[in-house]
Amino acid sequence: MHIDHTTMEKIIKERSTQVHTIGTSAHDLDCEKKSLAGSVSQRACVFCGSRVVLYPIADALHLIHGPIGCAAYTWDIRGALSSGPQLHRLSFSTDLRERDVIFGGEPKLYTALTELIEAYKPKAAFVYSTCIVGIIGDDVDAICRRVSAEQNLDILPVMSEGFKGTKKDGYKAACDALAKLVGTDNEFQAPPFSINILGDFNLAGELWMLKEYYEKIGVNIITCLTGDGRIDEIRQAHKASLNVVQCSGSMMHLANEMKEKYGIPSIKVSYFGIEDMADALYEVARFFKNDEMLQQARDLVSEEIKTLLPALAPFKEKLQGKKAAIYVGGAFKAISLVKALRLIGMETVMVGSQTGNKDDYNLLKKLCNEGTIIVDDSNPNELSEFVKEKGVDLFIGGVKERPIAYKLGIGFCDHNHERKEALAGFEGMLNFANEVYASVTSPVWKFFKR
Amino acid sequence: MEKIPTLSYIRPFVSTRNACKLCSPLGACIAIKGIEGCVPLIHGSQGCATYIRRYIISHYKEPVDIASSNFSEETTIFGGENNLKTALTNVINQYQPKAIGITTTCLSETIGEDVPLQLSNIRNDSSNSNLPSLFTISTPSYQGTHMDGFNATVLEIIKHFTKKMPSADKVNFFPGFVSPADIRHLKEVFIDFNIDAITLPDYSDTLDNPVWEKYYRVPKGGTPISELEQIGSAYASVELGSFTEVKQGGKNGGKELSAATWLENEHGIKNHKTILPIGMNSCDTFFDILSKVSGKDIPTKYVMQRGRLLDSYADGHKYIFGKKAVVYGEEDLVLALCSFLDEIGVEVALAASGANSGKLQKEIIKHCPEHGKSIKVMSDSDFEQINEECNLIKPDFLIGNSKGQYIAKNYNVPLIRVGFPIHDRIGGQRVNHLGYYGTQELFDKVVNAMIEYKQNNSPIGYKYM
Repeated sequence: MHIDHTTMEKIIKERSTQVHTIGTSAHDLDCEKKSLAGSVSQRACVFCGSRVVLYPIADALHLIHGPIGCAAYTWDIRGALSSGPQLHRLSFSTDLRERDVIFGGEPKLYTALTELIEAYKPKAAFVYSTCIVGIIGDDVDAICRRVSAEQNLDILPVMSEGFKGTKKDGYKAACDALAKLVGTDNEFQAPPFSINILGDFNLAGELWMLKEYYEKIGVNIITCLTGDGRIDEIRQAHKASLNVVQCSGSMMHLANEMKEKYGIPSIKVSYFGIEDMADALYEVARFFKNDEMLQQARDLVSEEIKTLLPALAPFKEKLQGKKAAIYVGGAFKAISLVKALRLIGMETVMVGSQTGNKDDYNLLKKLCNEGTIIVDDSNPNELSEFVKEKGVDLFIGGVKERPIAYKLGIGFCDHNHERKEALAGFEGMLNFANEVYASVTSPVWKFFKR
Repeated sequence: MEKIPTLSYIRPFVSTRNACKLCSPLGACIAIKGIEGCVPLIHGSQGCATYIRRYIISHYKEPVDIASSNFSEETTIFGGENNLKTALTNVINQYQPKAIGITTTCLSETIGEDVPLQLSNIRNDSSNSNLPSLFTISTPSYQGTHMDGFNATVLEIIKHFTKKMPSADKVNFFPGFVSPADIRHLKEVFIDFNIDAITLPDYSDTLDNPVWEKYYRVPKGGTPISELEQIGSAYASVELGSFTEVKQGGKNGGKELSAATWLENEHGIKNHKTILPIGMNSCDTFFDILSKVSGKDIPTKYVMQRGRLLDSYADGHKYIFGKKAVVYGEEDLVLALCSFLDEIGVEVALAASGANSGKLQKEIIKHCPEHGKSIKVMSDSDFEQINEECNLIKPDFLIGNSKGQYIAKNYNVPLIRVGFPIHDRIGGQRVNHLGYYGTQELFDKVVNAMIEYKQNNSPIGYKYM
């Protein structure tokens, strides 16, 4: 154990390969590594990855098998809206106690599952394994099968023991559970031009905006995974002609599996910012090789832009030349944010993510200016150093980054899954500009020494 | 859009539905934040640290760094000692802390990690010089609640740091899990009584800092270690709360102990124990204790605060008389709130806690002379049970943390936000609950909530109350 009290290291040595400054760093950015012990990563665990992805499925029972913490900290965790049932907003736990840990949690899981299904009559149930379940050796699969047979209901175990990897492995466990549902309704006949939206979670009703755009250009959405999600719609997802994947980190695994099993191709899109939103519509129209649809998409975009651009102009004027730092969960979102910020006159000088991959980071390197810091799996110490060093006016991140920004007197925009404002789509772009403007130009910063 | 489903009937459940408690490492981390220069480290999966950080940050609106030893599958099979070493090295190099408090988790406890032994190996390794003080608390999440983690940590800190020293003219003060604003206020009260108090934990600054010109990796504030070392030399302890004893898995030889009772047993320091001072009755008891401990009369400042509080009781009593309240949260907070509401004429219909000490009912009856016996007490309960009970009770208001907001919304009644967490408002860290001063703030809130409700639902203009 080497303890160095003399040097105040800005970055832990072992992390230096995960930080890159465009134009000065020779090395490629290292990513998709496990977090270093003791580094106060902003990442969570496997369970977290599964939980956030499946949470928006509104007519399912979500039962967390473990001690109470895992359920308590993820109760109503996302601002994911449902147009109908709200069962997902309740937090169910087997609340394992010492007795259960010693003698096994299976009896409790069986009773909990049975009683909850009887009381709440869900369309299906997800049972999440937490760390301890992997250790005490509960046969979650067997209990799920047994209750499934007794209750005549799909019960999907989610193998999300916290220590078995990173948040990304949790996404995969969630996709594995979803894959078991997809394809279980073969009666359904899909209308032409049917797609699935993957990786939108209907935060603040964003999906409903997207749905409207797609419907306007003649595209039918079978299901969204998982925003405003419904079990019966997920069963029909294999009837789509195309999977349109956002937040590729979380859902690409399912898209690949559906490609393999059902031959459904997928495209990666983003709905943040004008450019990416417009591309998301064009790409779908191009996929269907339908000129009328493409024209409709063009009309829609120009119609939206006609009002949006003038509306953005005053924000751009005020925000021109301001500097931003971005640290979000997925790097694909970061890419859109860099573009969206540019649209309102702002330059990104630091950008990073918890779970980005090489392709994402290479794209970011191309997109950003020289001198921009790119970082993977960062921590509060690094982030605070970077924003100070770069003298940023805005930090875009989640709850854990917010106090870092505010403590240093820097504006903040919440772009995590807890946000209350819709930021996707054309309407979302205006909300985004408004939120950035409100925080960056607030007079309160005048009292802070910068 | 449908409503969040609520059962219209009451039936028993084995599962927990919307927990009204948190896990013990969370409480441990908050207590650790109350020591100067100390960084919490959770020995377990990355998620525990991140979730707990996010939960704490959302209440205090402060940077809260909690390190993790980042268990992987291999760690889980082969043991966490190497991860703990790496984590400690990185925390020491990054934060240069004076101390590191290591809390365990369900994972590390279940695989049988012997953290005290691991720490002693690290301390005995001669290549490690200049180590900060390292201590560890056993906090498996399957035992008790966040309060057990909190209280176990306070006890462990005392045991770890206390040194045999000549007796000092000091008083130990254990405020319990209260707001930073409460700690600040009570510290001031001790000063006004001329009592040199060692407050543990003291996160009044670390979890409620002013803005910074530069970023502090370890926020300023907290009880200095030099003071912790003197705790055994104090001439008295003042401990707030009736549920401070730790009864975790055969520790302490199976005895139930709080930090103050341990000091009484081991160092012969007289413990003055009372419930959280919310309301006239319990504040009087608290101030009498300070008077006795200091040998001084109650300072005029507090006589005046008491007088004003009483004056407001007269001004406001009618608007709250007979109103039905639902109280929930940690047992100590619930008990103190019941005592307060009982003395001002509110009928507490339900007192609920996710904890299960088995003593809540008895304590409530003891401290609520007006209606104590008619209060329904639910231990080991959750928010959905509270929600379903509310259907029968038809309460006039709820009082507790922000997680009950959906129930208040369900029944269209006010929620008075107190305690932890308050995630949906700013200022949770600045809510005053304790002393005549804090009670005043609470009393005004309760009365005004009732008036506002009436005003909003009345054809009368209510230009005057």
